[in-house]
Parts: sequence; structure tokens; C-alpha cells
Amino acid sequence: MKAPAFTFERAPTLGDAFDLFEAGGGEAIYLAGGHSVVPSLALRLQAPETLIDIAAIPELSGIREEAGMLRIGAMTRHAEILADPLVATHAPLLAMAAPHVAHPAIRNRGTIGGNLCHADPASEFPAVMLALEAEMEIAAPEGHRRVPARDFFVDLYETACAPGEILVALHVPVAGPATRCAFDEISRRRGDYAMIGCAVQITLEAGRIADPRVAFLSVGATPRRVPGCEAVLHDALLSAATIAKAQDALGADLDPMDDPNVPPAMRLHLARVLLGRLLGQLENDHV
Amino acid sequence: MSEQIPLSFTLNGKPVAAFVEPRKSLADFLREDRALTATRLGCEMGTCGACLVMMDGAPAHACLVLAAQAEGAEITTLEGQSEDALMADLQAAFVDRNAAQCGFCTSGMLTTALAYVRQGGTPDRAAIRDALSGNYCRCTGYEAIVDAIAGVAEAAMHKEAAA
Amino acid sequence: MNAEGLRIGARHVGTPLRRENARRHVAGRSRFTTDLTLPQMLHAAFVRSPLAHGRITELDVSEARAAPGVHAVLTAADLADCCTPWRGTLDHFAGMTSVSQRPLAEEEVLWVGHPVAMILAESRAMAEDASELVLLDIEELPAVTDPHAALHPDSPKAALEAEKGNLCFETVLETGAVDQVFAEAAHVVEEEFTFGRHTAVTLEPRAILADFDPSTRRLTVHQGTQTPYQFQDTFARHLGLEQSNVRVISPDVGGSFGMKLHVYHEEMAVAAASVLHGRPVRYVPDRLETFLSDIHARDHRITARMALDAEGHILAMDVHDIAPIGPFSTYPRTSVAEGNQVIRLMGAPYRMPDYRGRLQVVFQNKVQTSQYRAVGHPIACAVTEALVDKAAVALGLDPFAIRAANVIADDAYPARSATGFEFEALSHEECLGKLRDLMGYDALREQQAALRDRGIYRGIGIAPFVEITNPGATFYGIGGARISAQDGAIVKLTPGGQAQVAISITEQGQGTETIIAQIVADELGLDPSQVRVTTGDTETTPSGGATWACRGAGIGGETALRAARKLAAQIRAISGAVLQKDGDTLILSGGAVVSADNPMVAMDLSEVARIAYYRPDTLPAGIDTSLSVAHHFAPSGYPFDFTNGIQASHVEVDPETGIVRLLRHWVVEDCGTIINPLLVDEQIRGGVVQGLGAALFEECLYDESGQLTNGSMADYLVPMPCEMPDIAIAHVETPTKDTILGAKGVGEAGTAAASAAAMNAVNDALLPLGARITQTPMTPLRILRALKTITD
Repeated sequence: MKAPAFTFERAPTLGDAFDLFEAGGGEAIYLAGGHSVVPSLALRLQAPETLIDIAAIPELSGIREEAGMLRIGAMTRHAEILADPLVATHAPLLAMAAPHVAHPAIRNRGTIGGNLCHADPASEFPAVMLALEAEMEIAAPEGHRRVPARDFFVDLYETACAPGEILVALHVPVAGPATRCAFDEISRRRGDYAMIGCAVQITLEAGRIADPRVAFLSVGATPRRVPGCEAVLHDALLSAATIAKAQDALGADLDPMDDPNVPPAMRLHLARVLLGRLLGQLENDHV
Repeated sequence: MSEQIPLSFTLNGKPVAAFVEPRKSLADFLREDRALTATRLGCEMGTCGACLVMMDGAPAHACLVLAAQAEGAEITTLEGQSEDALMADLQAAFVDRNAAQCGFCTSGMLTTALAYVRQGGTPDRAAIRDALSGNYCRCTGYEAIVDAIAGVAEAAMHKEAAA
Repeated sequence: MNAEGLRIGARHVGTPLRRENARRHVAGRSRFTTDLTLPQMLHAAFVRSPLAHGRITELDVSEARAAPGVHAVLTAADLADCCTPWRGTLDHFAGMTSVSQRPLAEEEVLWVGHPVAMILAESRAMAEDASELVLLDIEELPAVTDPHAALHPDSPKAALEAEKGNLCFETVLETGAVDQVFAEAAHVVEEEFTFGRHTAVTLEPRAILADFDPSTRRLTVHQGTQTPYQFQDTFARHLGLEQSNVRVISPDVGGSFGMKLHVYHEEMAVAAASVLHGRPVRYVPDRLETFLSDIHARDHRITARMALDAEGHILAMDVHDIAPIGPFSTYPRTSVAEGNQVIRLMGAPYRMPDYRGRLQVVFQNKVQTSQYRAVGHPIACAVTEALVDKAAVALGLDPFAIRAANVIADDAYPARSATGFEFEALSHEECLGKLRDLMGYDALREQQAALRDRGIYRGIGIAPFVEITNPGATFYGIGGARISAQDGAIVKLTPGGQAQVAISITEQGQGTETIIAQIVADELGLDPSQVRVTTGDTETTPSGGATWACRGAGIGGETALRAARKLAAQIRAISGAVLQKDGDTLILSGGAVVSADNPMVAMDLSEVARIAYYRPDTLPAGIDTSLSVAHHFAPSGYPFDFTNGIQASHVEVDPETGIVRLLRHWVVEDCGTIINPLLVDEQIRGGVVQGLGAALFEECLYDESGQLTNGSMADYLVPMPCEMPDIAIAHVETPTKDTILGAKGVGEAGTAAASAAAMNAVNDALLPLGARITQTPMTPLRILRALKTITD
């Protein structure tokens, strides 16, 4: 388990990163925290000619509020997400999910941008981005663009970030006073890839749900929003009856992948159980 | 083999200037190039915790970090913690509670424990187990390790309260 | 000498002495084989079969040979003349068969991971680079991956050369009238069980650094193993070297648990390559390789039934164990011992007049299997105890009551089991009572009932067990295995009056060196800090069996005790000459020799040593001044020293998710004389957690083509801190009278019954839901299927 040989470059700026990528003839990959890239190299799952370290690029760091949006730099470490007061206030769902990401030491070095670009369907933050309707700011030599989370996660380990492009930051609409959210996952051991995970964000006024977003992880090649379930929740009273209907609706929303350890019927069952628990928690908090 | 690149960082409190093959992990650099073998390799993919070192004050998997990524960083291995009073307390507690059997997980366990107690971790057993959730031990069954850390966390709390 | 030193009888055996080795570990100063480097050292990597069964049609290593940093690429032909093949059969397993093995596959590959070629390069990374350049073509042969199908007469063979198809070994143990007992019994309970295949996952992988010096034909092997003497013999015989020229050194070993005493293809290849090339060769499998090459363990399909009378007395068991192994039997201890112990340990705690146990050991194209901590015990215990609990439910008896009615009474020893084991003295009744108090059983039952009303499903499971420890020569030697049943120790008094011990049992973290220091300190009247113990080097310690099957403390401890007594006699004789006292009237205590009848007549050990070493001319002529003694000890009397105990598990099952939470675990254990209670308890805790890992998490999963589908630490679930419970421990002490020390083994006790207790606890929780599970690991999927929540 030793990585194949490659050359290593450090990019002080975005422009340098693009130039280095260009010079590498497309056989280069970017390195942020390295916690997805380095093990994949050790396993020889990929063999790039060049690694371009983008950790020092200034645009990639920092968390700040900008015009009703929380801007989170792509190099932000999971541990910073967990501890940051702005995240806790403006994106509580993200803060709730952070402790579920792997283990403490991984969270010290792993970055949210690297995590999102790795696009592991069992990972927590991609599902959270879907539920938060975040926008991904992608930099390319020709300029920056923003991609909504729903268009960012294209397929298994595949994102809208084209080769050579760099995820610079994510922009999260800040939570309102009536925003309620919940996150949990069911895994066999703490920090494991979850058998199922769910992020819920709703607006709750006088017991009635508005703008429901429900996103699941570990249900297929990408994290999924569940439109049928959300339609049930929209404008409904948060009650046991609503929760049961929302659980039912998941059958049409989800078509989990084949996996001998967690067959599709079990995955769907666990999705229903977890959704019921999270909505029940929101209902209890409300009462 | 790709060309070696220059690397400078602080290792156990002292500046290090070296050349390193880019593909070399920090763990292999520490073990092979600096003979700091307390940093151990159990899985090389970030799942066992045997290779944890302090990187800029927080535990990091030396197997998941390329040596080249340590440029400018402050790295402390178990060998470099011998002057730390809190580490000395943890080491004594591990011996007293027999929390190290074969010893292969011990450096990583102590690194996690040091960060936990330094951050004001409490003697709460569930919280300690959560902090240790990425540290594998095949020998002890974990209870002795939890006991040892809980004892030091308890003492640290009292010290804090008295101060 | 001060007054403190005069206190006679200050004993260290029985005290929780801290381990000096732990001080090295916490300081980061351990020296594992993986830490060692030597000048001119080469690193090995292996090219492995990607298929479970096949025939090599092309193997082209020319490009790899030309790769940067590569010293050599070896194939089977290169090693054919320097390493003879091995075959893992033993005579006492009558009729067993196995194909022989060589370090690298010659033509037929037998499992995914079978080494085919070996790269020797300047670094491990370069060796891995070159391994990608080897061209390997394999014609696929049918893979045998299901044990039932494997036994069908038309099944393809897992190994083409196997003499008896896929049957490695078959045996039946039977008392007189089993069928009649079942036909006439008031109650019969039966069940089918599946026990998963798991593996050791020692945190330090296997590791070897072989260093052959062609100028002297000496081979020095640094190896992470439990059994250096066995490997000294193995390397010498198979590589054609003089045994005296082979030295095996085991420095710190990062966990072993039975996994590091088997012969592996890679280690043989590494030693052979060092001989061939005259350079040190180092090999440390990476974690992916350990899953593909470390022995796997367990794996049983069992049908079992138990007959009881109307009052719930066990009359008989009838068990059929199909035990799938690898494509050949492991060398030199075989892959049969596990199943053999399964069928012999069934019903062991109980008065059970009749028994039939049938074992079929079956080849398949997966990694070889062999002995791992608590060989066979967890399986026999889980089957027996699941049936006892099932019978208790059928008869309306409490789990404690049915066991109290059936265990062999504490005053009924010696006793003999239906499977032929001879028990010297066990303490099941006392352990049962002690456990009930320790766990607060009645309160737990009340809490369980109250919580059930609130939809919380907790369960309590108990499991008594019997453990085989201190085996004699009937274990391996009788079958022709070159595995020592005895151990040896050299104890010396240094010129400064302290002690040094070299002993053939080995240390992997359990505290071997500490307990030997305690034992020797007591015999010589020293403090354990004045006793230095050396282990793990075939050149500097006597030969012996080393550490396995819970023999270190019982056999090794007795060896040290008797050696130290010999030295004590010698010290008394020399000092008696100086003090003009009969040696028999002198006592060794407090670092001195003291007259039993007059404490004022005394001399320090340092003075005895000074005279014996530096001024022997002042001693009476002809006196033997030896201050080093050697002693070997082999167990006699009972073939094994059985231990016993009982465990309890408290769990909560989430019936919606199928997830089991371990709340608490209790153990009452009787390992005879306790040499060091701290170390004994931590051995038990570690063992329990290995058993709980098997119960809930650990399983090597294969697909139908024989691919291991979860061979990494991200996918194979070892027990981690958050999921494991705290474990309370209590003891009963019934020393064996076979030895002076009275100690029996304890290292496997925790593993022996933990999974049985957990399975019974889960089934107790599931009982009101009408579900039952008899397969380990008890995964969420299997629990949801048992609950019929998932029906596909």
C-alpha cells in the first residue's frame, strides 16, 4: 500500500493551480486535505502524474456571512465546521451533521471541499448540501460559476466540477427564525459509512410545515432529495399522521442499490424508520 | 521514481530540512527517514489510529498526510512529547491501569487522549469512547484505556477548579 | 540489611504488579519487527492470484525484473531447490488429507491472494511498482465456496490433487445409546447454527526480516511470532540448514492471538529468498494482504439437538459440525483442531450422560483457516448454551435454574465428560452463584419487564464455559507435530545478587515477563524489579513450546518456579557453607539468606554471589559454585488443566433497525492460582471483546466466485471503543494440584463464552417479539430477517 510515483506542486493562487494543471496535460489532480486522495493513491486506485496542493490558496479558506448567505471556503476542515459559531447559527444542519463525519482525527484534516468533490454517496455533507440548497462556487480559468447542489452531485464519485476546475466555496442560505432541522444516521459502528442517513430541514410555523427539504445519503450513486415525501410534508401539520404518510411516500422516492449487506428492502425500511425518528424529534421539540 | 523535493517543517520542536520523495507519506517519512518508529502503521488508510501524530496541535493520521503536505507545519510524535506534563500523567495512568498490552496502538491512543484532555474533555466514559472512536486496539477491550484517560481527565478538572 | 528485608514470606504472586514492558510502550520505545532495518536490506512484495481457483497459463516477470530498484523477481521455479514443501496433516487425526504447499504457486492457484511471484527491491514502494509489471494469466477453474455443495460427490475439487475430494477429515464421537435417549426423552430442542468466518486483525501485521549470512550459513530471522522455536525448526528443516545455525528472534509482537504461529507462504518465501540472495529480506504484509493471507477462523454450519427429561435434566446432545476450511490444511497445526475442539467441548459444563458429535472438515477456495484465540470454544459454548436456553423456555425454567440443575456439582470431581475429557476440579456452582450476585440478576429482570412495557427490548444472556489450558503432548506431539509440549528456563544469580531468567514462553503483551519475574522473585526472596526476564530468542533462551493454548502461565510459570527452586537450593548450599548452617534450615527472603531459627544469622544474596564468583577459594573444597540453573518442565498428570467460568451479557435490541447495543458484560472466572490479578482481568476483558466482535461485527464475506468482498479495515468491522461495554469481573480460585504453582490458563476464557452470552441475550430480548437468531455475527439484516421485518 504505497502510492505510485508522482510529482508534487504547490499552488499559491488559483491562477497557479490552473497553470500547473494545464502544464500537467490533464494527468494532474488537486490535493486539499488529502484524506480521500492519499488513501486512494496508497491503494493505487489512481495514478496521477502530478499532485497540485491547493491548501494555501487564499480564496479557499474562511467562513463568513455575505448577503444572507454563509460562505464556507472549500479548505474548511470538518473540525472547524463543528466548532464555528457562524455555522452553528446560520447552518445548524451542517453543524449537526459534522460529528457524524468519520472520527475526530479525520475531522482535523479532512476538508469540506475535498469531501464534496469526492462525492461519496455514503458521506454526510453532500446530503446536507442538498437539504440546504447550497450553491457550489466553482473556479475555472475562464471565471467562477455557481452550481446548485442538486446539479453538483452527478454520479458515483462524480461532480459537476470538471477536470481542472476547483471548488472554491459553498454558499448556504442562512437559516431563518422558523427553520428547524435534524440529522442522524444509522451505522453499525460510530463513524462508519452509514447504512442510511437523513438530513431534514423545514420551516415550521404554528405547527405547519413549509419548504420541507429531506435528503438521504447511502441510498444510491448520489445523495437524494425525496420529492414525493416532501410534497406530503409541504403545508401539512407536523403530526403523527403526516409523518406516517411521509414515510409511506419514500417507497416511490427511493430505489436503493443492490447490496448483499443492506438489501434494497432493508435500506428503504431503515430510511422510513430514520425519517420517522427525525420528524418525530422535530414534532417533540415543537410541542 | 519521481524527483525528491525539499521539505522543511518543525519536528518535535526542532526545524527539519530534508528532501523527500513526493509519494512518501508523513508516516513513512517519520519512520524511515527520521527513525521515529513510535508512529506505527496499522492500516495505511486512516481507520486504525496507530499513526496519529500531533500536526499543528491536533491529532492527524500520518498515513493520510503526504510528507510534502507537512511543509511549514509543526509535527510532534510521541517521542517529542516526553517533556509534556499532561502526557506524563497519561503515560503513568496507562501503565497503572495496564492500558497498553502489545503496545502497537499505544502511541495513537495517547495522542488522542492528550488532545481530549487538553481540550477540557471530561471523565465521562461515553465521551471518552467517542473521542477514541477511530482508535483500534485488539488487546485490551478498551475499558482499561477509558479508565486511564478518565482518571487523568478527572485530575485535570480538579486542577483546573483549584487554579 | 534492614528490618524490612527480614520480613519473611512477602509474596509477589497474587499482587497486581505493573508491567515494565508497558513503560516502554507508553514511552514509544517498543521495538517491533516492523521497526527493524538492516544494512543491505531488501523489501519484498508479492504478486497474488486474483482468482479463487485456476491454472497459471502465463507468468512473465521480465519487465518487472528490469524495473528501477528491483533486485530480483522470484517464481516457484526459483525457490524449488531451496525450500521443501510442507503438508498440514497430523497422525492423530486419522485419515485426514491435505495437498502439500510451496512458498509460491507452481501451476494451480487455490485462493484469491495465493502468492505467485515475489519481488525483491530496494524499497517496498519500488517492489509494489514492479509488481504491477508482472504479466499473469490464469485459466479459471471452478471455485468451491459452499461447504454443503463441496461435499456433493459431483462437486468440483478445491484442490485438483486432493485425495478424497473436498473432505479433509471426518470423525464421529459417540456414546452408547444416543438415538434411544432422544426417542424416549421428554423434551428435545434443536436448532441450526451458522457461525461466520473471521480473522485476527492484529494491529501489527505479521512481520519478518530474514537475514542469511552465506559466509557462515547462519540464518537469523526477526519475526513477529508466538513460537520462535517452532519456526527455528521449520526454517532449518525446509531450507536445509543446521538447526543450530538458525536463530529466530521475536522482539515486541503487536498482537498475535494464535494467528502468528502458523506457517505462511510469504514467510517461507522470504526466508528462502534471503538464503538464495544472501541479503536481509523484509516483508510486512499491508492491511489488504493480511485479510488475504492471515489465517481465518471459525466458520461452522452446525445442526444440534439436546434431549432433556421432564424436569429439565440434560440427557444427551447430538451435533453435526460441517467446518469449511481453506484449500489445504494449515501447517503444522492443521485446520482440523478447531472443529475437533468444537465437537469435544459440547455440553462440557454439564452432567450429560450421552453424546454424539460428528465433524466434517471441508476444503474450499478461500484463505486457509486455523487456530485463533479460544479454538473451538466459542462455537461449542454458543451451541450448547443456545440449546439450554431454548430448553429453559420450553420448560418454563429460569436460565440460572436450568443451569444450576445441570452443571457438574463442585463436590463431584474428578469427573469425566461425555466426550471423554477428564476434569480435575471445576467450580460451576460457585461461579453461578457469584455471577448472579455480581450482575444483580433479579433487579435486571425487573427492569427488563418494566422497559418492555415501554417498547424497549432488553435481554440477558448467560453462558457457563469450560476452557482447555496447559495442554500436554497429547495435543500435537502425539500426532507427529514438531511442537514442544515442555518449556525450559535458565535462572541465574548475577554477581551483584540479582536474578536473570531466560525462558521459552513468549510475550505479546499479556504480561508473560512480569508474571515470571513475580514467580522467580518469590522463590529467591527478591523484589520483582531485581529479576530480569528474557524471552523470544532461540539462541539465548531454552527451547520450548512458547505461548499458545493458554499454556504460558501454567506451564511456563511452573517451569520458572521449579528452575528458581533449584537455584534457591544452590544458594542455600553455598551460603550454608559460609554460615555453617544446614542449607535446609535457610530461607531466601528480602534479598538475603536467613536462618529459619535465628534471623540474626543471615547474609545478603549479593554477598553469596560475591563469594561464589570472586572468592570461591574461600569456600570448602569441592563445593558446587554454580549460580545458573536450567530446568525443563512438561505437564504430567491430567492431559489438560481445564478451567471454567460463566459470562453474562446485557443487551438492548432496537427492533426497528436491528441494531444491538451492548450495555454491560460480566465474567466470573476460575483459572486456579492468580499470579497477577491486574493482568488476568485485562486478559479476560480483551478476550471478551474479541468474542463480542465475533458475535456482532466480524465476518470475512465472500462472493460465490471466492472473492473476499470486505478485505479492508473500512469494510471488515472490528470491535471499536464506542460499541463495546464495560466488563465486570470476579474470580473463584481452584488451583490445579498437577503443579506447585497451581495456575491454569486464562487468555482464551473471555473469548470462549462472550459470543454465546451475547447470542442468548439477544434472543432473550427478541423472545416477546417471537423472533430467534442462531447465526453470528448478529447483523442488523439478520435480526430484521429474524423479526420478519425484511422478508426477501
